[in-house]
Amino acid sequence: MKRFDIELVVGFFLLIGILSLGYISVKLGKLEIIGGSGYSVYAEFEKAGGIKVGSVVEIAGVEVGKVKSVKLKNYQAMVELAINKDVKIQEDAIISVKTKGLIGEKYMQITAGGSEKIIPDGGKIRETESAVDLEELISKYVFGKV
Amino acid sequence: MKKLIRKLGSWGLSAIRRMGHMFVFLINTFYYIFIPPFKFNLLLRQIRFFGNKSLIVILLTGSFAGMVLALQLFYTLRKFGSEALLGPAIALSLIRELGPVLSALMVTGRAGSALTAEIGIMRITEQIDALTSMALNPMRYLIVPNMVASIIVFPLLAAIFDIIGIYGGYVVAVDLLGMSSGTYFSQMENFVDWEDIRMGLYKSLSFGVLVSWICCYKGFYTGYGAEGVSKSTTEAVVTSSVLILIWDYFVGSVLI
Repeated sequence: MKRFDIELVVGFFLLIGILSLGYISVKLGKLEIIGGSGYSVYAEFEKAGGIKVGSVVEIAGVEVGKVKSVKLKNYQAMVELAINKDVKIQEDAIISVKTKGLIGEKYMQITAGGSEKIIPDGGKIRETESAVDLEELISKYVFGKV
Repeated sequence: MKKLIRKLGSWGLSAIRRMGHMFVFLINTFYYIFIPPFKFNLLLRQIRFFGNKSLIVILLTGSFAGMVLALQLFYTLRKFGSEALLGPAIALSLIRELGPVLSALMVTGRAGSALTAEIGIMRITEQIDALTSMALNPMRYLIVPNMVASIIVFPLLAAIFDIIGIYGGYVVAVDLLGMSSGTYFSQMENFVDWEDIRMGLYKSLSFGVLVSWICCYKGFYTGYGAEGVSKSTTEAVVTSSVLILIWDYFVGSVLI
């Protein structure tokens, strides 16, 4: 007589459940189990409106890293970026805050430079471009200053 | 007039007494969770009872919840030309609200009622008294395995519900309504944060405690005879369903 194997059945259920939980945590929740691989680069902005921890950093539309922290320093926004290890950023690269679509979320775009010098871990991107304030732009247009 | 006030007072007193009784029951349960010996086989049996047997109903409700969300949201979002947000809207509403709440309601209806009836019948046929008279603690044998099993099972069922719902929505959005599959998933990854998933987890954990607490309590202190068991089964399902929705609102407003 075949005995009903309760441990197998329960184990099967627990496996499915834990797999689902892991899937949504890692895939959707971006929970980093393996510590952040990459190096830190800093950038100072006059205005970093809309940039949050976890915002995407792109070069030519390809995701190369994430925003690690946004802090205030000397009344300027100091943004710390975690860039993937295999991506090198030149010293004269330009970093700017861009918007996806007209009202989409904000992300950071790095335009590659031509310099030979590479920014080291903990280095700083000097050329920055702040977020475009859509309301300011519209009001300028309305009052005829453009 | 005096009679009326006295009646109100006695109602209030008995309500408070009942609440205190329920709370002592909960504390007792948690006390025995941490006191060995642990009844591991009973726990496995209850996990099967809560989890495996609820899988089919979770699969069905999850897939259709996701599908109907996709269908309704698609036509609403299209008015604003923002169909791209369909994926995140489905994922967020499933992970934050519908997954925990609907799976908890389903398990309450399927397993909670059966649990109350089972424990209630054990009470009226004096099996619980028999356990006590043999110096076996009925809390440890009947209540603790249920509590632990539902704490383990509810978050897992909610997660399965989320996944099934997201893929159900995917089928409708991509195959029926002609969205591109890339938009559906990539936007989802952008919008869903670990915070949202944690909130869903907290919710389903607390629902697990809530459901097994109420169902066990109602069965453990059931009334007399078959009528008493039927009454407490109904009460258990109704009370847990209502409390799930109320608690969902409170957790949501505190954690948001």
